[in-house]
Amino acid sequence: MAKRDRMSGNEAVSYAIRQINPDVMPAFPITPSTEIPQMVSTYIANGQMDTEFIPVESEHSSMSATIGAEAAGARSLTATSSAGLALMWEELLLAASNRMPLALALVNRTLSGPININCDHTDGMGARDTGWIQIYSENNQEAYDNFVQAYPIAEHKDVHLPIMICQDGFITSHAVENIELLEDEEVKNFVGEYEPEEFLLNVGKPIAVGPYSVSNYAMEARKNQEIAMENARDVILEVAKEFEKLSGRKYGFFEEYRMEDADYVMVIIGSAAGTAKQAVDDLRAQGKKVGVLKLRVFRPFPAKEIAEALKNAKAVAIMDRCESYNANGGPLGMEVIAGLFRNKVMVETVNYIYGLAGRDFTVTDVYDIFGQLEDLVENGTEIEQFQYIGLRK
Amino acid sequence: MQNFNLKTMMNQPERLAPGHRMCAGCGATIAVRAVLRGLHQGDHAVIGNATGCLEVSTFTYPYSAWEDSYIHNAFENAGATISGVETAYKALKKKGKIPADVNYKFITFGGDGGTYDIGFQSLSGAMERGHDFLYVCYDNGAYMNTGIQRSSATPMFADTTTTPAGKCSDGKMQNRKDLASIIADHDVAYVAQTTFTRDFRDIHMKAEKGIYTEGPCFLNVMAPCPRGWRYNTEDVMEICRLAVETCYWPLFEVDHGRWKLNYVPKKKLPVEEFLKTQGRFKHLFKPGNEHLIAQFQAEVDRRWEDLLYKCNREYND
Repeated sequence: MAKRDRMSGNEAVSYAIRQINPDVMPAFPITPSTEIPQMVSTYIANGQMDTEFIPVESEHSSMSATIGAEAAGARSLTATSSAGLALMWEELLLAASNRMPLALALVNRTLSGPININCDHTDGMGARDTGWIQIYSENNQEAYDNFVQAYPIAEHKDVHLPIMICQDGFITSHAVENIELLEDEEVKNFVGEYEPEEFLLNVGKPIAVGPYSVSNYAMEARKNQEIAMENARDVILEVAKEFEKLSGRKYGFFEEYRMEDADYVMVIIGSAAGTAKQAVDDLRAQGKKVGVLKLRVFRPFPAKEIAEALKNAKAVAIMDRCESYNANGGPLGMEVIAGLFRNKVMVETVNYIYGLAGRDFTVTDVYDIFGQLEDLVENGTEIEQFQYIGLRK
Repeated sequence: MQNFNLKTMMNQPERLAPGHRMCAGCGATIAVRAVLRGLHQGDHAVIGNATGCLEVSTFTYPYSAWEDSYIHNAFENAGATISGVETAYKALKKKGKIPADVNYKFITFGGDGGTYDIGFQSLSGAMERGHDFLYVCYDNGAYMNTGIQRSSATPMFADTTTTPAGKCSDGKMQNRKDLASIIADHDVAYVAQTTFTRDFRDIHMKAEKGIYTEGPCFLNVMAPCPRGWRYNTEDVMEICRLAVETCYWPLFEVDHGRWKLNYVPKKKLPVEEFLKTQGRFKHLFKPGNEHLIAQFQAEVDRRWEDLLYKCNREYND
């Protein structure tokens, strides 16, 4: 029986963690993810879960200890944001290459400088090539649902990769919204017991983790990791199907919002998709054929499926809440455009940088963007294919 | 505590198998084997390891020299990594996933680079949090794996590749960090400093104590490196003996805050006896450099006096 409640995104993820009751959680506080370890600690202090919490002295150590615990045979996780994720960077690669199916609750925040605590995707996007599965959430409900699906994806025998469940700092993590929660038993059964095949504390079957490897072997290890990421595609969809049976809520690589006959599409990640959807509703009421493709799964990157979904569009706005300083576009822009090209979908694209360091992104911005796309296609007006939106004039 | 007999101990099954790629005359493997002999037979262990010579030479895929479960994560996080492993043990034991009668012990090895320097924060955190494990530093006084660069464990005046002795340099300018004292100040269960004595009794007793004392324990083992110190491989035991007899490397322990000196030389030898065995101090013996040796001796004396004070203070309680 589903329960209706009101919660912030951090509360929702902490609630999911309590229901999963993992074995070990090392964590170090950083805004805006700090509430997650606080809430988990409170659940533990009140006897509502029996996870072992390790109050480490840094995020580098939180990821290191999470890897140690996971390697030892314990279901493990941590939470962080921004500089915390940056400090873990080396360990993110190790978690993936050691094939540790651990979870990380990422509450997206920008990185310095200037120091700023608000939302953008610089942290998550900075970790895009570390070998982690990355799933982004639009709101508290999705943050909760995605977290419940995290371990069944990560621990699948064909995957064995770490998974990062992302939500937007403050916008999602701190804003209280309605939510539908699963029963504890339902989550427990859905996630199941963790039964690793090989682990350090497997009595009588010692293993060694983290070898030095010469060139004769190291490249094959990387290829196996890549195969696991390929395998994650099917597993993510299978788990989503099972989750739908349980919750009635449908998930895929992305959500297509009013895309059926859309000439102009906005590709976007995270909470700003809500703003885009509102603007699309407004524009549809005026007879404009516009839609939104909200990307949920960024790693593995569903290039083929995105290209397929965009093949009938006349122009696409690709929205990056992150700079990559390549003087050419943002990370989502680059990957979507490459995916379109490889799949021979030759549609006009404009890559916008928006909402950096918590800058508001409004329905008016979305109207402007769709207006630009229309102008480009209908009137042949030349516009910058890579530009910022929402800058101070 | 087991009764110590070197011959009996040496006949126990090795937990670090031969065939690894460490150098002949290397102190690190001598330290590891001596420490692992402190594990009681039948007890399981998970061995942690910071990146360094020991790791790259004993676990080169697809071979491992370790008979026990082993984890290497990175250079600077051996303390944090073993914290996770030890906590997982607690969690799985609590949930009945590990049989109640099965005992695991947790031992982490790191060189002085991974322990004194880049891994210091991670080690300090793990010690302060009170995890039940033994951290063993095999201290060879420089970053040997990357090619003999100075560390904060390098003694003053040592010739290293980043503190080369030359026309305008006498080698390293600073004294070494006293890590055993620093860890003792974390108020942990057990800290000891040791090296290889003729009968290996000191290191054995301290390893066993460190492994079987509940709470965080730390062992600092002087483990000479033939490449970095420039000595003949067969001299390793003599160098260790001289380090102890000159009071350069005193043998002591701090058991739940109580300082105890384990050995007082009958006649404290001048530190030259230790220095002259190693190529890294060769420049100190050039005519005109007598004052450098005097300065080195003064520091050894100062630290020895300080140690005596700490230990005697305890005796006088």
